[in-house]
Amino acid sequence: MTREFWINGVLALLLLAAPFIALAFGESFYVTLATRVAILALAAVGLNLALGLGGLVSFGHAAFFGIGGYAAGLLAAEGFTSMPVIWLIGAVVAGLVALATGAVSLRTSGVYFIMITLAFAQMIYYFVISWPTLGGEDGLSLALRNEFPFVNTLKPLDFFLIAYGLLLLALFIFARLRAARFGAALEGARQNETRLASLGIEVFPVRLWAFVLSAMITSVAGALYADLNRFVSPSMLSWHMSGELIVIVLLGGVGRLFGPVAGAAVFVLLEFALGGLTEHWQFFLGLILLGTVLFARGGLLALFAGKAHHG
Amino acid sequence: MAEPVLALVRLAKSFGALKVTDGVSLDLRPGEVHALIGPNGAGKSTLIHQIAGSIRPDAGAIHFLGHDVGQLSVAKRARLGLARSFQVSSLLLDFSALRNVMLALQARQGSSFRFWRPVMRDKALTDRAMAMLERVGLAARADIAAGALSHGERRRLEIAVALGLEPKAFLLDEPMAGMGPEGSKELTRFLDGLRQEAPILLVEHDMDAVFALADRISVLFYGRIIASGSPAEIRADAEVRKAYLGEPQ
Repeated sequence: MTREFWINGVLALLLLAAPFIALAFGESFYVTLATRVAILALAAVGLNLALGLGGLVSFGHAAFFGIGGYAAGLLAAEGFTSMPVIWLIGAVVAGLVALATGAVSLRTSGVYFIMITLAFAQMIYYFVISWPTLGGEDGLSLALRNEFPFVNTLKPLDFFLIAYGLLLLALFIFARLRAARFGAALEGARQNETRLASLGIEVFPVRLWAFVLSAMITSVAGALYADLNRFVSPSMLSWHMSGELIVIVLLGGVGRLFGPVAGAAVFVLLEFALGGLTEHWQFFLGLILLGTVLFARGGLLALFAGKAHHG
Repeated sequence: MAEPVLALVRLAKSFGALKVTDGVSLDLRPGEVHALIGPNGAGKSTLIHQIAGSIRPDAGAIHFLGHDVGQLSVAKRARLGLARSFQVSSLLLDFSALRNVMLALQARQGSSFRFWRPVMRDKALTDRAMAMLERVGLAARADIAAGALSHGERRRLEIAVALGLEPKAFLLDEPMAGMGPEGSKELTRFLDGLRQEAPILLVEHDMDAVFALADRISVLFYGRIIASGSPAEIRADAEVRKAYLGEPQ
């Protein structure tokens, strides 16, 4: 077993233990914090599929995060309160939007790809805030959390376990995809597009599939985020959100299985610890990100587990 | 005479006023090594690009195994069985030597749209890839990332990747580039055996290798084929000596 394997295990256990320890000390607020880590990590696992494995720097993943959120808000308002149904519908819609926008954006690369994904996400953002049914700038409130079979989702620990379970599931899917033929083609395309073509593999459909799957995972995180806050804000769709997801992936380690988990944990802890001291906490986040990019290219995972190993 | 595997018919390509490919006709028959030589700037690379599909010719046709492939993408031509090696090693540097070859096998065997089964547990891929690495003498380096291999090893890995495609024709662009004399000799011997599997269109500057391997040689000079024939004929050709070998008459 590699060192990364053990570090991943420790990260998974720490995140699982955190809410139980918090409850033992009667600090249920920290359960919410841990849930936030799990949800942002889940969203970032989605992005990591496109960004980490595929090298596709999507600056528009907030769109998919928001689509998941609005699916939860709108469906709840219509009386569809089953979480799995909401996740499924949100993921299908996000997948279709990714299919359409990806089909256009993936014709470009580099800075153009970044800009065009941003443009699509901003279009969706402005569409939503100008549409009264979607709550406009005020967003949507959820009276109660949506429902999950046999679980009381209003209990913080139960809701955490749902988010945590989905995070593990997404990590498992990510690991399988990466190890499968699809992942080999996707990672190959990131490293050398010309080589892939000369082997006879068309790069475009591989990337498009990755983009769609990536969007679907991120949308589920969006639905959970809406349930966590019992509120859907248009800010879920804003470019800040897209940026935060990229920051989380970069901090944790691009393309590393548990990179998003480490990144989300650091992000949320910083936001909490420094956010209490100053509202300009993102200044310090910027410094840390700068340090990561300059001195630990592969993010926290590379710092502790060494260079990525590709079998 | 056997039907040629690959045939270029009056291929033409200009960049602005510069005719880089000027009515080139050339073919590759089963079992042969056809060497394409010419001074720097003769248009060899541009020609290779047109055959592989990364540059579209302005006029003329490219026939491969009876298909007109002139309008097909690089990937489609590769799937028909045209394997290209690159002048500058073009490997997946993060992947191990083994995975570089495995990806070629994966491309050959079919779909990359399998989302669940880990490739490293796919014996059909790993065993065959290992066999390819053994053939080029890289078996002991299978787990090393391509980026950490030496130059000579990368050149050999390029060949192993091309082998993995089980091609109907090899398009080798300066396979000897940057190799020491020992490495070149070894690779020459290897390529000599390779022609049995598929014919080779060989672009090469190493004249020892060219004259040792080639059944036929074509000389490209400013976009035109100025001579084509057996090694002996080419060696004796006055125009070639003047234009290419730079010798006074």
